[in-house]
Amino acid sequence: MLLSLEDATVRFGGRAVLDAVGLDVAEHEVVCVLGPSGSGKSTLLRAVSGLQPLDAGRVLLDDRDQAGVPAHKRGVGLMFQDHQLFPQRDVAGNVAFGLRMHGASRSEQQERVRELLDLVGLPGAERRAVGALSGGEQQRVALARALAPRPRLLMLDEPLGQLDRSLRERLVVELRELFGRLGTTVLAVTHDQGEAFALADRVVVMRDGRIAQSGTPLEVWQRPADEFVARFLGFENVVEGTVAGEAADTPWGKVPVPEDAPQGTRGLLVRPAGVRLVPADEGLRCTVAARTFKATHVAVHLQPEDAPRLEAACALREAPEVGDLVGVEFDAAEIVVLG
Amino acid sequence: MDVTRTEVATRPSGARARRGNAARLGLLAVPVAFFALFFAWPVAAIVARGLRVDGVWRLGRIADVVTQSDIRHVLWFTTWQALASTALTLLVALPGAYVFARLDFPGRQVLRAVVTVPFVLPTVVVGTAFLALVGRGGLLDEVWGVRLDTTVWAILLAHVFFNYAVVVRTVGGLWAQLDPRQEEAARMLGASPLRAWRRVTLPALAPAVAAAALMVFLFTFTSFGVVQILGGPTFSTLEVEIYRQTSEIFDLSTAAVLTIVQFVAVGAILAVHAWTVRRRESALRLVDASVTARRPRGAGQWALLAGVLATVAVLLLLPLAVLVQRSLDAPDFRYYRALTGDAGDTFLVPPIDAIGNSLQYALAATAIAVVIGALAAAALARRDAGRLVRGFDALLMLPLGVSAVTVGFGFLIALDKPPLDLRQSWILVPLAQALVGVPFVVRTMLPVLRAVDARLREAAAVLGASPWRVWREVDLPLVRRALLVAAGFAFAVSLGEFGATVFIARPDNPTLPVAVARLLGRPGDLNYGQAMALSTILMVVCAVALLVLERLRTDRTGEF
Amino acid sequence: MNTKKYCAVVVGLGMLTLSACGSSGGASASDSKTVTLVSHDSWAVSKSVLADFEKQSGYKVHVLKDGDAGQAVNKAVLTKDNPQGDVFFGVDNTLLSRALDNGLFQSYEAKGSDRIKPQYRVDQDKHRVTPIDSGDICVNYDKAYFSKHRLTPPQSFDDLVKPEYKNLLVTENAATSSPGLGFLLGSAARYGDDGWQGYWKKLKANGVKVVDGWEQAYNEEFSGSAGGKKAKGDRPLVVSYASSPPAEVVYADPRPKTAPTGVSYGTCFRQIEYAGLLSNARNSKGGKAFIDFLVTKEFQEDMPLNMFVYPVIEGATVPKEFTEYGPAAKDPETMAPAKIAASRDQWVKSWTSLVLK
Repeated sequence: MLLSLEDATVRFGGRAVLDAVGLDVAEHEVVCVLGPSGSGKSTLLRAVSGLQPLDAGRVLLDDRDQAGVPAHKRGVGLMFQDHQLFPQRDVAGNVAFGLRMHGASRSEQQERVRELLDLVGLPGAERRAVGALSGGEQQRVALARALAPRPRLLMLDEPLGQLDRSLRERLVVELRELFGRLGTTVLAVTHDQGEAFALADRVVVMRDGRIAQSGTPLEVWQRPADEFVARFLGFENVVEGTVAGEAADTPWGKVPVPEDAPQGTRGLLVRPAGVRLVPADEGLRCTVAARTFKATHVAVHLQPEDAPRLEAACALREAPEVGDLVGVEFDAAEIVVLG
Repeated sequence: MDVTRTEVATRPSGARARRGNAARLGLLAVPVAFFALFFAWPVAAIVARGLRVDGVWRLGRIADVVTQSDIRHVLWFTTWQALASTALTLLVALPGAYVFARLDFPGRQVLRAVVTVPFVLPTVVVGTAFLALVGRGGLLDEVWGVRLDTTVWAILLAHVFFNYAVVVRTVGGLWAQLDPRQEEAARMLGASPLRAWRRVTLPALAPAVAAAALMVFLFTFTSFGVVQILGGPTFSTLEVEIYRQTSEIFDLSTAAVLTIVQFVAVGAILAVHAWTVRRRESALRLVDASVTARRPRGAGQWALLAGVLATVAVLLLLPLAVLVQRSLDAPDFRYYRALTGDAGDTFLVPPIDAIGNSLQYALAATAIAVVIGALAAAALARRDAGRLVRGFDALLMLPLGVSAVTVGFGFLIALDKPPLDLRQSWILVPLAQALVGVPFVVRTMLPVLRAVDARLREAAAVLGASPWRVWREVDLPLVRRALLVAAGFAFAVSLGEFGATVFIARPDNPTLPVAVARLLGRPGDLNYGQAMALSTILMVVCAVALLVLERLRTDRTGEF
Repeated sequence: MNTKKYCAVVVGLGMLTLSACGSSGGASASDSKTVTLVSHDSWAVSKSVLADFEKQSGYKVHVLKDGDAGQAVNKAVLTKDNPQGDVFFGVDNTLLSRALDNGLFQSYEAKGSDRIKPQYRVDQDKHRVTPIDSGDICVNYDKAYFSKHRLTPPQSFDDLVKPEYKNLLVTENAATSSPGLGFLLGSAARYGDDGWQGYWKKLKANGVKVVDGWEQAYNEEFSGSAGGKKAKGDRPLVVSYASSPPAEVVYADPRPKTAPTGVSYGTCFRQIEYAGLLSNARNSKGGKAFIDFLVTKEFQEDMPLNMFVYPVIEGATVPKEFTEYGPAAKDPETMAPAKIAASRDQWVKSWTSLVLK
């Protein structure tokens, strides 16, 4: 394993910000840690980079314990959320910084800087002042700077956090391509699931300093491990229900579940696509509370009597009006019984 | 904004704090050794000489001395004149700090250097020059028939004259780097200009204002030459009294008590200051100083500019001009030409050599002060510095609060045995001057160092920079300007330092201020004129040195 | 991690080492071929005269000027266990007791001391100090002022309290200034232990101005000196030295025909400066030779125009500038050092509260 965390624990004044975290990252793998603010994901990066000592547990790089190895000797790269470009240096000065620290010759530095600026799509920007760059350009310079010393592990802290949406979406694709081409091992953290799913080979969801779930983007998306993960991924239709056989008892009434679902009292996730609208006199009676246009579909918010709201995804033409009375039926294929 | 991020930046775990403190104590070892050897020990030795008789401490003397009515009078006068001087200086100089920091006008750099000149002139020269302004036959006398010499007003005005630059430099230096958009943001949120200034800029400036006020208070609380020359024998500060008791009356026990009193008072001021600064300090958004200055706009800014320029002209330039005028008050630059001659009786060398001596001493003193001060500032700058380390911050300021005569006499009896018999070594002069310079270096650098974003350092560390490299590559370039300002201050202070230098400078190597004092101490027109000529040269040397620094600071000094 | 960080420490330590080395690199005072003289800032001698001594004796003279007269004495007292030199010159009769009581000097009777005029001799049983020069602290007057106002300049202590001289005199703080103290002692000698306070009360009522130091009194307040004229000084009477008028001539360029100032000879107090061999002197042999040199005719005749003082030996010629512009007082007030020692501190204290408060 390139990176292994074993029971990594960091406490701030008694509160565990990282709580016995175990995580492996293989070479060439792109791992994305996904979690809300305060889940400890930034601390995770700082612990790996050596900026934050562990209170317990170990960080291993190439199977070597990193205890006592200071940040500048770990050979990992870290791209900060707000870039932290050196304001007094120009673009080339920033990109070449790590190379200089590693004793590269001047010509090597120039060569590598040019190569990297080409790579990140800023050819010829060497002499520009960093203060004069746009947000996206700063991002690219920060990336080039982090890549320049060829770190064995590149860590990205909210890599695209401050950029506008279209730029973000374009950069995600570029980054994904780039990492694939370079074979870079990447550990990124983000609070944006779209970013995580687009970028990562594997997604790790964190909650309160612990790992809540780990898997490929598809696995995590399809089978969130628990209610927290499901809600964090943006699913609203989560309730508790009692699974018995192929149906579960929920506030929404009897809901069908997949065949081999675990039994007993469990969390139940109903994807919006699994909420089918039927005439008002069939199924669960709901009032349409709101409609939100979502480009490919319309999200319809339904208010049943005496039960939590439901979100349904409707085709554009079929969406009912606010105030309409509709009936709801559930599709077992779009229902997940949570662990 | 990720909440944990701010936490991790400010709250290290216990083990890290301990390790960090160990490293910082290592950094502090040199400044600590320096101050122990060249400050604490000599001062302790001279105090002990006064209060220890036959190996027994006579602490009863303390009560005896401080209950004397004339000593109590001295204490009271020292305190209130310092408070009044500080208030007056802030009042006069804060608009100046704004104008020099934020308004762009022709001659700004030159004028900025010029207003610093008074601060570094020896008091003996300033007193003479100032007398020509407010004294008999001075400008006020001629125009309105008003004389202020031997009144407390002369002292207060001279203190403003001296300390104007302290406020302009300390506050203005930070002001120039404050991001103006912060204030603009407040304006957009509905704050009036004044309110925006009060709510946004003032709090950001508060540490610098506090630092400047503290400096001014310290200088005026321990004021010596100004009070002695302009105040006459009736006004006496603690410092003057210590000087009289030590040097003239040779009552070492009274002097020792007064030294302790002043020490305690200054220590208390410093402690209060450290406490206020700690409460107010916050990471500031700093920008390049060159982008914040604008041409004056609107009647208000023009009026402010005019007011500041008028103040500078009347309060700072006029006394200096008098000095120049008097030095030229003989045909064919006779006073200047006399300086190169062998004056034989007063000097072992031509007075002109004093310039070379002064520059050499000042360079050595600046080097010492910058190294010691930068090490101390680097150690003190970290937000997670422990209490012990922070305490040292205040201790560094103490030399400013201790009488030069105490230190000078202390050197004589403490550094008298090999391998440290430095009494006749040339290095003693730069050492004594550096003692006064270090606090300037630390004070100037610390606010800026503390304002450096900790994550920039981390970014460098992750890119492979060792802690030393991080300091060199990240902190140093960002604080280069502060460092230059600090060095400039240290240099200028060394150039003008008189009190301690006059006690320890070798007669064959007099510094400019010492030479001026010696010339003033002899009768005759030629001596007086030479004193004025040397003072003028000293003034020009300071102005040029400061001007060079102003130039240096705008150079792009990037690595590539 | 920490190795590089300590580079900085090494640099700093280097500085300290450098400073320590500075001491051994400095002029070495313990060299037996060097005599070190500790004196006050006013010490001066013609180069040729000093060169003669160095040639004849084989010693090199190293001079350490250590502040004004009071400071130099005080520093010498502070460092007496480990003195900075071999000979001290410049303790005067007003401070002599401080030096002697503190054991500053060791006994040495200078060769040629028999030439010293008897009235200057002190400490005849122990010979710890040798008189070197004398000077008179006297009121100086601005000739121009008195001729312009058709007023006779005051001639005596008594004159100074007369109404026609109201608000004309400036003197120095007796607590901090050597001429100031001399003037006080002169008044005490003139009016006695009980009378001087009454005299000062009258002087104060007559508008005497007190400033801290001689420089300020003479170069700022006094209307007759070159500096005072520039500063628009408005006091035509100042407590200074009988040798100040010659200085006004010698240091003026071009030299005036007559001195612009005069001396009120009835207000003089005689100041005598002594030299002595410092206790624990490293080169006492050289020190003795140097004290011998100080009472030679060559040095005594060189002194006046360098330090503006008068010789103390018989038969020394005084330069014509002195006889012309500022002869010594014929009948100055004097006071025995023992008397000064006994009363000085108490008088200064009373004087301070009487005049300054």
